[in-house]
Amino acid sequence: MKKDSEEIMLMKGNEAIAHAAIRCGCDGYFGYPITPQSEVMETLMELEPWNTTGMVVLQAESEVASINMVYGAAGCGKKAMTSSSSPGVSLMQEGISYMAGAELPGVIVNVMRGGPGLGTIQPSQADYFQAVKGGGHGDYKMPTLAPASVQEMADLTVLAFDLAFKYRTPTMLLADGIIGQMMEKVVLPPYQSRLTEDEIRVKCPWATLGKPHGKKPNYITSLELLSEDMENLNKRLQARYRILEKEEVRFEEIACEDADYVFVAFGISARVCQKAVEIARSEGIKAGLLRPITLYPFPVEKIKELSNRVKGFISVELSAGQMVEDVRLAVNGKVPVEFYGRMGGVVPSPNEAFNALKDKLIQ
Amino acid sequence: MTEEIIIAGFGGQGVLSMGKILAYSGLVQGKEVSWIPSYGPEQRGGTANVTVILSDERISSPVLNTYDTAITLNQPSLDRFENLVKPGGTLIFDGNGLSKMPSRKDINIYQINATEYSIAHNVTKAMNMIILGGLLKVKPIIEVDNVLLGLKKTLPERHHHLLPMNEQAIKAGMELIQVFTV
Amino acid sequence: MKVTDIVNPANLVYKKNSVLNDLPMHYCPGCSHGVVHKLLGDIIEELDIQEQTIGVAPVGCAVFAYKYLDIDWQQAAHGRAPALATAIKRLLPDRYVFTYQGDGDLAAIGSAETLHACNRGENIVIIYINNGIYGMTGGQMAPTTLLGMKSTTSPKGRMYERDGNPLDMPKLLAGLDGVCYVTRQAVHTVGAVKKCRRAIKKAFEYSALNRGTSIVEVVSTCNSGWKLTPDGANKWMVENMFSQYPLGDIKDTIQTEKK
Repeated sequence: MKKDSEEIMLMKGNEAIAHAAIRCGCDGYFGYPITPQSEVMETLMELEPWNTTGMVVLQAESEVASINMVYGAAGCGKKAMTSSSSPGVSLMQEGISYMAGAELPGVIVNVMRGGPGLGTIQPSQADYFQAVKGGGHGDYKMPTLAPASVQEMADLTVLAFDLAFKYRTPTMLLADGIIGQMMEKVVLPPYQSRLTEDEIRVKCPWATLGKPHGKKPNYITSLELLSEDMENLNKRLQARYRILEKEEVRFEEIACEDADYVFVAFGISARVCQKAVEIARSEGIKAGLLRPITLYPFPVEKIKELSNRVKGFISVELSAGQMVEDVRLAVNGKVPVEFYGRMGGVVPSPNEAFNALKDKLIQ
Repeated sequence: MTEEIIIAGFGGQGVLSMGKILAYSGLVQGKEVSWIPSYGPEQRGGTANVTVILSDERISSPVLNTYDTAITLNQPSLDRFENLVKPGGTLIFDGNGLSKMPSRKDINIYQINATEYSIAHNVTKAMNMIILGGLLKVKPIIEVDNVLLGLKKTLPERHHHLLPMNEQAIKAGMELIQVFTV
Repeated sequence: MKVTDIVNPANLVYKKNSVLNDLPMHYCPGCSHGVVHKLLGDIIEELDIQEQTIGVAPVGCAVFAYKYLDIDWQQAAHGRAPALATAIKRLLPDRYVFTYQGDGDLAAIGSAETLHACNRGENIVIIYINNGIYGMTGGQMAPTTLLGMKSTTSPKGRMYERDGNPLDMPKLLAGLDGVCYVTRQAVHTVGAVKKCRRAIKKAFEYSALNRGTSIVEVVSTCNSGWKLTPDGANKWMVENMFSQYPLGDIKDTIQTEKK
């Protein structure tokens, strides 16, 4: 394999996902075109990984088929993924719920656009609830990673697969139209080989690869007709989520050490707020930024700790206010938690975010 | 050094690719870069714009409300972005088909009639390179050699025979750009 | 004479295949599913592909198919079996992959997944159990329900003006180049079971040739849903279903080439 992992490249976030998927040993990508993420499949088709790593890339007839192809591949212990944008991800919710119930690992990328409905192709973060609260039916959670740069589009794709297999769960990369469409510098992750079938049998003893002689067959299902059995499955899932919540929280703090006021923002909003912090500091206001990298599990403890020493939080989102609810739960009334958001594909400018901080928290 | 640039015009004028070449050139020169296009149907015949940031430091917000430099290639873009140039900043505009000229007195304004020139010299495909040459003349943020390397990176190999033509276009742009007095 | 004296290899006239396990099936007495399961077990044993076969179970009465045949299985969301099978076969091209779907699953909710898997010519086998009704949910109208046939959602009978005509998916799918074999069988008589067995075997053999999708429809009874005795259901099927869904091969590209 090529050893050019240290080469600095310039590419779109969507393209970085495709490159990272091939490099981390992904076995299969199944997708359906939708703006603003079509470059993921386009890049894969251009790179022809079936000739190098053997990865399968298939354009499906719908998002419904895509997620079910991911289910089928994941059931065989294969590293499989799909990508889409908001309306397409809504269509996938059934499949994601089935994957959660059948304890299948897989990666779903949502490069969010404005809704509801067909909405707009412009960037949005209004699928936060859908992603972190369990968008499909039933009690399940899904690790949700929020990249804020092209570099993270690559890095978090790799991490998403790691978490998916570690916890046997569908895992979401929740990006937005800007992070998907923008170009930045990126150092791509090193190549990992795809697992062999023997390795899969060891790592995923539950996989359906064909029943070995003298062994019991495997079956992948989310169905248990007996309520007690179904409750046990749910308990097993919930226990796993508690471990996730303890072990896998990730965030970045910028200028929080001495901050009086803290922006909480993810994805493109976090980048905007980072500049707002610079503006605030230049005007003598001690502002900081807490950027959750994992939206589920949410950095609850970190926010609790900050709420003991700051004067207030402001959550800035491309939505009507979704993550702010989780910030409020974590702060639990200790200090004010305000919200500023734009909807329908509008991205707030750094000045808007800064003015919101002044108007709503400082006055 | 941080340079925040917006380039805007009609789809098909090479706005996005000019931004891309600028970004690649920045990469070659070892700068931090970001490139954000307006995407979607706008690309096809409507107005298109691209934000490029070149910086010596980590870039915080790739989304901006004001710019160090605005480059406008049509009237709607000029009308919209003239007002978003920071005081003391730079506006470069193509004069083709304008009915209303720029009027701000607190910024540096340059006119470059690249459209007219490119038609006259039968190099319409390199029109955006003429503009880029103009930019590099008044704001030498990137060395021309690095721009040529950046260009090489963005052009597919089968188009590499066009490199000399593009280099000439950059040089022509450097000659063509003029101070515009309000 | 004791029973144990009779039970010895010398007296053996019939033996259950080794792929089918001993778990009692949940199907209603008289249901066609049990017979088709047995045939699948027979063929997997005969072709010696138990370790290379992966089945995809549907939503419907056969949702628990994975409990009865000792092979690796995945259970799909309603209608999505061909999408799962596509990915499984693409990633494990030397395995035998089949879906087992009912008429609600294949002809209604999963019509898109079925059509596109067939159009791509996925090298899989589709076993299609058509009893003209939603059995598991209590006998509602399916796309395959006959005109005039009563169901809980067409209590006065299916009406063309309201519900359209019965949908013949295999006939439709046979028109696709990606499909190499389409046949319609039944399992109501010994003779029919034998023919159906040959058809399923052929479908599995074809799927290893990488020539496209093979579809075996089994026109079936649902005596519970039809509110008939098992024997009465068989008779009703012969008298009513076979005229709408005539038995026999609809397409056999590979056989045609041989001639």
